[in-house]
Amino acid sequence: MAAVEIAGLRVRRGGTVILDGITLSVPPGSLTALLGPSGSGKTTLLRSVVGAQRIAGGTVTVLGRPAGHPRLRREIGYTTQAASVYPDLSALENVRYHATLHGRDRQAATEALATTGLTKSAGQLVRTMSGGQVNRVSLACALVARPRLLLLDEPTVGLDPVLRNSLWDTFRQLAANGTTLVVSSHVMEEAARCDRVLLLRAGRLIADDSPEGLLRRTHTTGLDEAFLRIALGGAA
Amino acid sequence: MNPKLTLATTARVLNQLRRDPRTLALIVIVPGVLMWLFSEVFADSPEVFQRVGPAMLVVFPFIVMFLITSVTMVRERISGTLERLMTTPLGKADLVLGYALAFGLLALVQAAVISALTLYALDLREPASVPVFVLIAVTDAVLGAALGLGFSALARTEFQAVQFMPAVVLPQVLLCGLLIPVDQMSGWLRAISRVMPLRYAVSSMNELTAHTTVSGRVWWDLMVVAGCALAALIVGATTLRRRVG
Repeated sequence: MAAVEIAGLRVRRGGTVILDGITLSVPPGSLTALLGPSGSGKTTLLRSVVGAQRIAGGTVTVLGRPAGHPRLRREIGYTTQAASVYPDLSALENVRYHATLHGRDRQAATEALATTGLTKSAGQLVRTMSGGQVNRVSLACALVARPRLLLLDEPTVGLDPVLRNSLWDTFRQLAANGTTLVVSSHVMEEAARCDRVLLLRAGRLIADDSPEGLLRRTHTTGLDEAFLRIALGGAA
Repeated sequence: MNPKLTLATTARVLNQLRRDPRTLALIVIVPGVLMWLFSEVFADSPEVFQRVGPAMLVVFPFIVMFLITSVTMVRERISGTLERLMTTPLGKADLVLGYALAFGLLALVQAAVISALTLYALDLREPASVPVFVLIAVTDAVLGAALGLGFSALARTEFQAVQFMPAVVLPQVLLCGLLIPVDQMSGWLRAISRVMPLRYAVSSMNELTAHTTVSGRVWWDLMVVAGCALAALIVGATTLRRRVG
């Protein structure tokens, strides 16, 4: 059974078509990159899978249930693009709150902070943190739930390359342990670390392939170049 | 509903407020300071303080709690944290009740402070029952908090939430029986005041301080206040949306 199964998904907002007939399937235990320029519909697609988005048509099935099913709230971890954490709480307090909401213990909170490299700043108030740190607190709040499906909206924005690399290692590790991850990004090269790449443009899915497959199909050596070729209507 | 998640939310909200001494001072200290100023203004005619003091003691905490909870809740709604919470197992009622308990606890502290100050330092005459006096003060502050939570659904920004002060709160202050007793108002004003929750809190307190026994009227009005608070909380919970356009 696919972790996420989307068929003919259409989303309209204020008369504008945001997603226009998306069909895709995400296998369980895979690491999938959702790529595309700003405004291409990445966030809306993730919100549709979470069940936070009202949809105009099509079906979204998550872990065998329709998106938004109450049971799924225990199974999905989600980070929004703008880190949604409480600035007047410490990193640890934020993560512990989410741990409680998902029935996890304090140990889980400590581990989530370690995974995101925040052990040393656990007691620091979020409002005194840098943007990259705040993003990591938000990510830790999702990880602490130990969900079967993790949906991360641009989690690596503003991070230095070392930390970014270590987060992708973490994502790979989670996938190896059976978690399904869908990670959105606008940094094309990050897709090289994924099993699959979904490329969105103007609300349409213009590529759904492995990174190697994309390179082969477009006769290119870099993902940036490959995407450029597809986006311009070359080898899609 | 899950009591554990409700209480975790209460603890989280209190923890946030702990980091915000100014807001805590506004809740706990400012209503008392206003009462003291009010008593000083009428230092030469203490009978005015005796007559209007009980109503004032209801109005100040109501305003403060309304303002703080509406802005706090709007902040949660617009900062993205609400959207995130709605994707977790936290129930809508857990969230609203969690907030209500946090502010209810503060209301208790506030009521204890302002009641002690008014009765023992400012010498408001002894009410029929001090525990009931405090109970009315708490319920009234909870009403302010609950209305704030409810009305937060109508505001898109914190700026809009503040605008409810003149639009929602001040009419109630004018018509609650503070300036002149409700039964001396013209018919149509009395009719409007009948749908204003604050009026019942004022009436309950006036009734309690005007007599030597706790009348049935006190309890009746108090129940209306509690009912309005409950209704506002239900509205607050039902206007939370898990799925938006």
